[in-house]
Amino acid sequence: MAESRSEEVKLLGMWVSPFSRRIEIALTLKGVPYEFSEQDITNKSSLLLQLNPVHKMIPVLVHNGKPISESLVILEYIDDTWPNNPILPQDPYDRAMARFWAKFVDQQIYVAAMKMVGKIGEERDAAVEATRDLLKLLEKELVGKDFLGGTSLGFVDIVATLVAFWLMRTDEIIGVKIVPVEMFPEIHRWVKNLLQNDVVKNCIPPEDEHLKYIKARMDSLKIKSV
Amino acid sequence: MGESEEVKLLGTWYSPVVLRAKIALRLKSIDYVYVEEDLFSSKSELLLKSNPIYKKVPVLIHNNKPVSESLNIVEYIDETWNSSGPSILPSHPYDRALARFWSAFVDYKWFPAFRAAVITKSEDAKEKGMKEVEEGILQLEEAFVAISKGKPFFRGEAIGFMDICLGSFLVLLKAREKLKGEKLLDELKTPSLCKWADKFLSDETVRNVAPEIDKVAEFLGELEAKAHSAASKS
Repeated sequence: MAESRSEEVKLLGMWVSPFSRRIEIALTLKGVPYEFSEQDITNKSSLLLQLNPVHKMIPVLVHNGKPISESLVILEYIDDTWPNNPILPQDPYDRAMARFWAKFVDQQIYVAAMKMVGKIGEERDAAVEATRDLLKLLEKELVGKDFLGGTSLGFVDIVATLVAFWLMRTDEIIGVKIVPVEMFPEIHRWVKNLLQNDVVKNCIPPEDEHLKYIKARMDSLKIKSV
Repeated sequence: MGESEEVKLLGTWYSPVVLRAKIALRLKSIDYVYVEEDLFSSKSELLLKSNPIYKKVPVLIHNNKPVSESLNIVEYIDETWNSSGPSILPSHPYDRALARFWSAFVDYKWFPAFRAAVITKSEDAKEKGMKEVEEGILQLEEAFVAISKGKPFFRGEAIGFMDICLGSFLVLLKAREKLKGEKLLDELKTPSLCKWADKFLSDETVRNVAPEIDKVAEFLGELEAKAHSAASKS
């Protein structure tokens, strides 16, 4: 049996992780076949520890035996390696903007959103306000555009699925509608556009299962929803 | 006026991340206007307009379009002036991924740990923090050996993305060494990085744009004195 094929792509990930799913979206958009290996980060496999010794996290992409970790690094690697259906724009300025906004989602919005979890009362409200302030910047970016990438789905959209299908699915556990449509009409319009894309629709966790998982996780962590 | 290639860099003379942009511009022989920002008084209109979200330096303004975040700026310079000077990022996708991975490690893990350990007043937190910093340096030593494959720099024969990313902190580290006597790069524990550090700081491009270690040490001393007097007043 042939041991190493020339294009062996493996993804170590988790079905509920936004960072893992964004890699699946990218690979699928480019038509790259891959083997998915669901990881249990509460009981990390020796394979994961071997392939990502520095951070010990998913996702890890393994291409022809060589591991790459950090989701934004992986996305750029995928775009560099399989140039069809480009994810990043061609123009250097647009690329710089795309990288800026991707980091904004991961370093600012995500970090602020995590601070909402497990909080109650005034603390919770303050955390929600802080998250909304950041989302307002994303809202502004969407004015006059179908996608954050412009007329079609791109790098920032893929990264920002974290907002559309994770942050916006935590209303119940946070106890408040975090992204109300009256406050964020553009974001809601953008989510609808994302769902029109078959790749995105098929690469995100199914909503029912996802919501069940989130609730169960919160219950297990004894975090009450208010 | 109306130059077709107007390049402006907003920065501060002592900032390691501004140095990254300066090195990249110099590598590509790009003429630019440098604007020194005084971040201790009020930030300039131009800075606030060009980087409204973070209000930080460096900001590169090219034909009136601003680019912020130092590593974004370096990539932008590499991609825009791709036919002049050496290429800053490697060409092979896997090597590029390694450069991006380790630069993210420096910027989001290693340097924040260093900064926190330096700032903290708690002895416990400082000790714990410095342990993390030392672990990180050992990981960077290993990465350097693997990536450089016997060549003087991460990028090979000449400086590149990862060299610029980590190397930009060397002036600061040496300045702290001068000021505090605390040495971070140890010849015994990280021999390859020590050699690399010397080569980086003596590289012609770097020497031409880096601030003087003595001046940075003096500046850090002044900052510390100000912080102490402010603390004792409160």
